Amino acid sequence: MAWLILFSPLIACLLITLITLRNSKLSSWIAVTALLISLGISSSFFLKALLTPHWKPMELSIHWITLWSLKIEFGLILDRLSLLMLMVVTGIGSAIFIYSLGYMKEDPGKSRYFACLSLFAFSMLGIILSNNFIQMFIFWELVGASSYLLIGFWYEKDSAADAGNKAFLVNRVGDFGFMMGILLCWSFCGSGLPERTFNFNQIQHIFSEMVGAGLLSPKLLVVAGLLIFCGVLGKSAQFPLHVWLPDAMEGPTPVSALIHAATMVAAGIYLLARLFFLFDASPTAMTVIAYVGAFTSVFAASIAFVQNDIKRILAYSTLSQLGLMVLAMGLGGRLEAMYHLTTHAFFKALLFLGAGSVIHALHTQDIWDMGKLFKKMPITSITFLIGTLALCGLFPLSGFWSKDEILLLAFEKNIFLYRLASVATWMTSFYMARAFFVAFLAPEKKIHHPVHESSWTLTGPMIFLAIGACIAGFIHIPEFILGHDVLESHINLPIAFTSQAMSLSGIVIAFFLYAYRDAWGAKKLKEIFKIFHIILSRKYFMDDLYNGIVKYIQQNIAVLCHLTDRNLIVRFGVNGVAKITKTSGEFLRFCQTGRIQTYALFFFAGITVIVFVFILK
Amino acid sequence: MIPLSYYLILSGILFSIGVLGILIRRNAIMILLSLEIMLNAVNLSFVSFSRFSGNLEGQIFVFFIMTIAAAEVAVGLAILISIFRNKKSVDTDYMKSLRW
Amino acid sequence: MGILTYILLLPLLGALVILFLPKEKETWIRRTAVAATFIPLVLALLVWAKYDRTLGGYQFICRIPWVPSLGITYQVGVDGIGVVMLLLQGFCSFAATLISYFIKTRIKEYFVFLLFLITSVYGVFISLDLFFFYLFYEMAVLPMYPLIGIWGSTNKEYATMKLTLYITTGAVLAFVGLLVLYFASGIHSFDLIALEEHCAAHPLSPELQKFLFALIVVGFGVIASLWPFHTWSPMGYAAAPSGVSMLHAGVLKKLGAYAMIRIAINLLPQGAAFWSSTLATLAMMNILYCGWAAMAQKDMKFIVGYSSCSHMGYVLLGIACLNQTGLNGAVLLIFAHGIMAALSFALIGYCYEQTHTRRVDELGGLAKKLPFIATCFSLAAMASSGLPGFANFVSEIMIFIGAWENLTPQAIAAIFGIIITATYLLRMIRHTFFGPLNPKWEHLKDATAPWQKLPYILLVSVLVIVGFWPSLLTKPIDLGISSILKRSERNIDRMFVKNNISIEKSEPPKA
Repeated sequence: MAWLILFSPLIACLLITLITLRNSKLSSWIAVTALLISLGISSSFFLKALLTPHWKPMELSIHWITLWSLKIEFGLILDRLSLLMLMVVTGIGSAIFIYSLGYMKEDPGKSRYFACLSLFAFSMLGIILSNNFIQMFIFWELVGASSYLLIGFWYEKDSAADAGNKAFLVNRVGDFGFMMGILLCWSFCGSGLPERTFNFNQIQHIFSEMVGAGLLSPKLLVVAGLLIFCGVLGKSAQFPLHVWLPDAMEGPTPVSALIHAATMVAAGIYLLARLFFLFDASPTAMTVIAYVGAFTSVFAASIAFVQNDIKRILAYSTLSQLGLMVLAMGLGGRLEAMYHLTTHAFFKALLFLGAGSVIHALHTQDIWDMGKLFKKMPITSITFLIGTLALCGLFPLSGFWSKDEILLLAFEKNIFLYRLASVATWMTSFYMARAFFVAFLAPEKKIHHPVHESSWTLTGPMIFLAIGACIAGFIHIPEFILGHDVLESHINLPIAFTSQAMSLSGIVIAFFLYAYRDAWGAKKLKEIFKIFHIILSRKYFMDDLYNGIVKYIQQNIAVLCHLTDRNLIVRFGVNGVAKITKTSGEFLRFCQTGRIQTYALFFFAGITVIVFVFILK
Repeated sequence: MIPLSYYLILSGILFSIGVLGILIRRNAIMILLSLEIMLNAVNLSFVSFSRFSGNLEGQIFVFFIMTIAAAEVAVGLAILISIFRNKKSVDTDYMKSLRW
Repeated sequence: MGILTYILLLPLLGALVILFLPKEKETWIRRTAVAATFIPLVLALLVWAKYDRTLGGYQFICRIPWVPSLGITYQVGVDGIGVVMLLLQGFCSFAATLISYFIKTRIKEYFVFLLFLITSVYGVFISLDLFFFYLFYEMAVLPMYPLIGIWGSTNKEYATMKLTLYITTGAVLAFVGLLVLYFASGIHSFDLIALEEHCAAHPLSPELQKFLFALIVVGFGVIASLWPFHTWSPMGYAAAPSGVSMLHAGVLKKLGAYAMIRIAINLLPQGAAFWSSTLATLAMMNILYCGWAAMAQKDMKFIVGYSSCSHMGYVLLGIACLNQTGLNGAVLLIFAHGIMAALSFALIGYCYEQTHTRRVDELGGLAKKLPFIATCFSLAAMASSGLPGFANFVSEIMIFIGAWENLTPQAIAAIFGIIITATYLLRMIRHTFFGPLNPKWEHLKDATAPWQKLPYILLVSVLVIVGFWPSLLTKPIDLGISSILKRSERNIDRMFVKNNISIEKSEPPKA
């Protein structure tokens, strides 16, 4: 049964590509059914874990590669952590799959879309269920590949095709570190043991023994931890590998919702949680992780201030929220991070779906082209508002609970990071409110064809997610993961009030700047802080920097290698030898008159000489 | 009885004439004929050695050589005829299509 | 006669039959060629299925004394490595023959040469006699000359001359090595099994091993495109017709790596231990240097050509590891990359056939017109850049694991190589298949007929099946590698014992 959770989307993907590629309607339903099957099975496990008092985690595995020297398993791990993630991925995934039914209805590549989406679901479930490093890496890469396919889904658009490449390559850079981290872990975990292993549980076991015995040098731990964290940087789009995520918005909107907001980017956080024992052993690595998270969170939020594309605003807000989760992980708050991951998945998916609904109706992504949508698309608007408020962390929506936990944690552990996180919270509410006011409340700027509310396949999932965004905070995720009650109380009133005040002030300022007197204040502000505006809209020149590196450094290395090959090795080495041979031939060929008589003359002259020599002797 | 050396000198003269013919003449037929003269010079020395040593093997060899010479002339002339068809000449100076 | 001899002789028989067919009967010529490669493929699958995994060692041996006075025997047989190589050659040659349907001129001669080439490659993989090994190896090189020279494109005279001279020179070096081995071993036999036993029991002196290993590895390294002897390869592939590029990149290039494992590692373990890090460094150069060179190319065949040089670096790195995991990975990568390279060249051949250009900047948006080809091409590129789900990933990860322990810097470079690979392959896909469609290519036709699709589907499915279920191949490979490593351990142990004795003797007695 448990295997079916993982393989049912893969089967769907194969069915679609091999058989039903022509019939797009059937293909889409196959994909939806397959994911619903996964959802059903995982929720049965989830309920069992929730209701059984002493539920024991399960692990199933088969041998995938068995060599004399190397054993790699292929297994499933079903513990509370993976069950929670399973519920998030299959639950939100199902909603988005259904949403896609409506959103992609007219697209000629619908079958391909659902095949890729199923492949993505398979890979994502694989990451969650992996019980060893190699399997994790396999699905890690597969997620990257399926995301590449989906971002570049509209491959005829140059921007989409480029964005796909960018995403894949940036992820590869992260995976380069991840792979080395895996190998490093493998080589120090179990040296001296008969069999080395990649299995998480076994490594954890060995690890705790070795740490206990003081066998591991702290330097090695830091290196291993940070290398593995490189993978997280790539997949969860943390600074400095964040550049791919905003571009990834070139994909269809449901894809952005599923992959680049709710699930795939959460894989990095999940990895941190899964390997928490490893990071926990090295305080230096943890500090680095926490600072990277906090920095990304503020950094991305500031860029979101000046974005005009509704999906890009959401993308930067995703970066910022992921930064908060990474910060929580870095401060040792595994539960808090997972809590925020869950709630964030709900409201971010909801926001993307809302944006998708608007884009579907208006065919534009620029918030300044929208406006006055509240009347035309009431359901979309209300659900979007719920999502926005949840993201801003207003009481009693889900964002409040989880964000508050993180702030509290930061307050207790590191006051500087707490301040950064609070600033990020304020910024979040500001730019989200800005997007909402401009897109939904401001008077419309362009006259569009008549705009209607979207059909039920679009609104249904949105309503479902909106309910989730409201109530997800009340489900006590940390307790579920631990399997027992958390002893300390969660709410620290001063902190909660501060965060509420921050969020509200952000919203109010945004209101005065953008919803009041035709965004007059915003224009004024833009003129005053022109330089900041340019820096922000160029995304701190990060893209230009990377493009420069690729264009000037990498391309020059490539050309250098090419020219060395062509001029040094071929011209001097290979053709040089050939030329020597040829030149010596040029000289020797004068002996070769091609006339038999010349040869005969030499021949007889030679014989005569020999005969004379013999006679004279 | 004429001594052996006379025969050998004659054979040597004939052989030299053949060699000179091959080296000097440009006409392929003349070259072939010179070749025949060389072969016959060798034949002559074979026969005379055979006569003077009382051993018949030399004469047997002569028969071999004669057969082979006949075959060689047949093949050689055939080649010459086909060259003549192509080049309208049997002058060896013109046969250089395989030269560089 | 033995099943292996049938595999060896069937393509040759096909070539003979084609020789006697009149050249107007093109359909019959093609069908004969397809049959003459399909039956060996089936037989190779049979060998793979029947190979006794509990027993291991060489099986299906057929032995006919040839020149007993010199110790030359016609001896064929396969161990676990050979089984996999047979499969590789079976798939590649069958697919290459199918792809060669494109050939329009001098069909008869083309297929005769092609089948001759295929026979020789089979011969190399199954011979267990160094003389026949070398004979078949040279036989495989010769048909390349006319095949590229007559049916090739872009700068073909230069390319074919360079390729043939290069590989022949390498072969001569290796042959010198083999002869030295023959005389130095003292048993005057080319029989590989006897030599193995002898070398394990009475190892050659370390100096000789070092010298011989270098000679043989460089000699065979030329065909495996060991840096800096790689320059023949991109050029040769660009010039060759696609069926021939497939065979060349798919199997011929792998002969070198196979020979290194079969002869150099197997018989000269101490030489191998001595050169290991040097070989790994050269392999690293292959990976990085050829990868970057690929990035600067504009012609698709040059990109894939350099990419295959770069991937041979991974194979060589796996060989240089000299441990179970690394060698297993190397052999599996020989298989995986062989299939992948054949697939890429077949696909480029299709695009070239349709557009008559291979320049990346002239193409664009072809996915619209050629969805099937574009899908296969993306799969091939993904496989090549080491994406999980394909056999390449499994082997590369095995090589990384194998190399990490004793060759860490080279392993890091190799892992960095996967970024480079992904960069140039994705860029190529991006500029040929994605983006807006150039109106020039409106007329293109996708592969639709089943026979047209068959080779691509066959190769893709092999890659995927092995990628998902690598044990199909790793089991036999592991057996072969284990026995090689066991022998080499014996060899080194014995040498150690010898040295110990001499050390004890030379040491002054302690007071």
